[in-house]
Amino acid sequence: MAIKTEPLVVNIGPQHPSTHGVFRMRVTLDGERIIDAEMIVGYLHRSMEKLAEERTWTQNIPFTDRMDYLAAMTGNLSYCIAVERLAGIEVPERAQYLRVIFAELQRIASHAMANGTFVNDCGAWQTPLFYMFREREKVLDLFEMTCGARLTLNYMRIGGVAFDLPDEFLPQLRSLLDELPDRFGEYEDLLIDNEILLMRSRGIGVLSPELAMNASMSGPMLRGSGIVWDIRKADPYCVYDRMDFDIPVGHTGDCYDRFVVRMEELRQSVRIIEQAVEQLPPGSHLADVPLNLRPPKGEIYSRIESPKGELGFYLVSDGGPEPYRFHVRSPSLLNLSALREMVVGQTVADAIVTLGSIDINVGEVDR
Amino acid sequence: MPLLANWYDLRDLGNGVARLIEALRDAGAPDGLIYAITGLLGAVAILLFVGLAAIINIWIERRLIARIQVRRGPNRVGPFGLLQPVADALKLIQKEALQPNNADGIVFTLAPIVIFIPVILAFAVLPWGEQMVLADLNVGVLYLLALGSTTPIILFMAGYASNNKYALLGSMRVIAMLISYELPMVMALLGVVTFAGTMQMSGIVDFQQTHWSWLIFFQPLAFLIFLLGGTAELNRTPADIAEAESEIIAGFHIEYSGMKFGLFYAAELVNAVAMSGIIATLFLGGWWAFGLEQWVPGWLIFISKIYAVYFILIWFRGTLPRFRIDQLMAFAWKFLLPLAIINVFVVALEVLLWREYELSAGVVLPVAAVVNFALAGVLIAGWARVMGQAFERAPKKPRLFSEIEVPLPDEAAPEAGSGQTEPATV
Repeated sequence: MAIKTEPLVVNIGPQHPSTHGVFRMRVTLDGERIIDAEMIVGYLHRSMEKLAEERTWTQNIPFTDRMDYLAAMTGNLSYCIAVERLAGIEVPERAQYLRVIFAELQRIASHAMANGTFVNDCGAWQTPLFYMFREREKVLDLFEMTCGARLTLNYMRIGGVAFDLPDEFLPQLRSLLDELPDRFGEYEDLLIDNEILLMRSRGIGVLSPELAMNASMSGPMLRGSGIVWDIRKADPYCVYDRMDFDIPVGHTGDCYDRFVVRMEELRQSVRIIEQAVEQLPPGSHLADVPLNLRPPKGEIYSRIESPKGELGFYLVSDGGPEPYRFHVRSPSLLNLSALREMVVGQTVADAIVTLGSIDINVGEVDR
Repeated sequence: MPLLANWYDLRDLGNGVARLIEALRDAGAPDGLIYAITGLLGAVAILLFVGLAAIINIWIERRLIARIQVRRGPNRVGPFGLLQPVADALKLIQKEALQPNNADGIVFTLAPIVIFIPVILAFAVLPWGEQMVLADLNVGVLYLLALGSTTPIILFMAGYASNNKYALLGSMRVIAMLISYELPMVMALLGVVTFAGTMQMSGIVDFQQTHWSWLIFFQPLAFLIFLLGGTAELNRTPADIAEAESEIIAGFHIEYSGMKFGLFYAAELVNAVAMSGIIATLFLGGWWAFGLEQWVPGWLIFISKIYAVYFILIWFRGTLPRFRIDQLMAFAWKFLLPLAIINVFVVALEVLLWREYELSAGVVLPVAAVVNFALAGVLIAGWARVMGQAFERAPKKPRLFSEIEVPLPDEAAPEAGSGQTEPATV
């Protein structure tokens, strides 16, 4: 006699410890195996793109903090670069270097968080997460020292950065940079060869290069799938064209590849910061920008490599003090788009690991 | 020799009980009454220990995990945060014990209470000292295994009665996992029992005392299998798939709140102590420690051994990620069970040679120890190779590029439709 079975529909989220916010995944299960999955976003929608049309160009900078709240620096940076390109503002060289330093520090903080939560999703009882938080805290201390905030930084300004470095910043950064490679080695000793982690993430959530490109993935997702692409090299902004660094690229596009790509990017970020500190020129940190900025009529799409991928802003100006259109191309949302293809056929546990390896931030997914 | 002639005879609390029995017998009490009184005393003592252990283990576990995770752990309530578990318990007691609408009320309420029964019963056969055994069953090992196999039913009760999909998934996992891990554990213990020649817990300790060695030296493979199986039985990382906080949130006890949840939590901790006690007795000599027991009370040695094993469990929890359920099942059936069966054969052969040819223990035991250790190493590595778990040779480091290389569309998607690969005609 055949056993009568029927599929079970389970809501993973919106309240779930591993959805990194209020993301919802409705999966249909056959036992433990996923036969269908549906992504439901929108629980954190704050209508930022519409709100931004009512505020001046400068007033919009804090919104970009609250999109990817784990990488507020790059959110600021991308928006400011877009407005500067639109208004034709020249940014002082020192500010360019400061921007690179802070963007890379932010990348370290964000990737540490991403890898920590990823291993947490694999079931490690928070130990790697706390290890990575230790370094993230030090980066946040540097942010606090410079701009007074730790998470929603609001540090970049149109035409430069808000404050110059305090005196004690560079020595503390120096000691952090000396310390970080050892710490990264510590994570690698703990995790890279961990048999259980390999079993859990090798061959799981494989994203083929074709799918990665067709689904307009970016950032570590795309690089994990074996495509050599980095906006810092392809379309350099700030002073990235003067920096010497490598792009880590994965082999098969599984969760483990995305994990090791992020691990290697941590090291590359340290390299970039070291070069930027060496070349840091004296001078002004903020260009002379009119208080009531009115960029000329026109539109612009400008993008940077945020920790999560290609963070782009599409801005339209009608010559007024507010943007006519404010659109964000957020990497988290687009990186989610292939999740269904990646999880169907796997178990619930794999789906959680896959979701963790994408490194979404729901604040940025929903905006 | 009169009992309790010296004050230090109290190092084995069994002496005190023996003295009490004597006094009662002198007073002319019937045997049944003596039996009941002494049994009650022992039960109270064990319950006291269990209650204290549950409280202290919360603190130990949280502090140690915090140490592993470069943080401080609870250190505010009381000295060194020692009163934190009390504060936690008070908080849990004053919380409302919610019950889902469609839950099966009786089973839902019963499960957190019943879960304590097998856990506490397991302590009855553990020898705490030379005479400190509450119930020295001659089938002690069998009794422990029988108790262990009742836990899945209770966990299933909790998961099923909650009427929650996550709880259902959790209890499905519990049943599958615990039944699978029962087998290698039984097989591992079979090796121990064959070697020691008895199923009595005190008899196994006696065996280790007589031969001046711990059974872990003769049964390393059985020890490893039992330890790993025990981790699974206890639902602890790396085998905590039944709770799996990051996947199915809390599994079978997702719907429990307040002290009902607290009972599950405490039962888990006490269960860990019971399992550590079993391992300490069977493999680490119980209360016996190479003559140390003459100077230190046996129960103190036993408790320190329990916590040594418990420390390993905490260490596992602080270090390892979680297996997936199919990997965990494959590990039990394809790896642990065959190794346990081979171990039983080898032990049987050794014991047969030992008894048949009446060899002296002084010759057999060192040889057996060396052989079994070598065998454990060879078997673990060899069986892993046989099962295709060869060392990973695939590259673990990402490739590094200093320039971007954008693949051309036809390179990236060779199978793409002809419309995309055709050059655009102007």
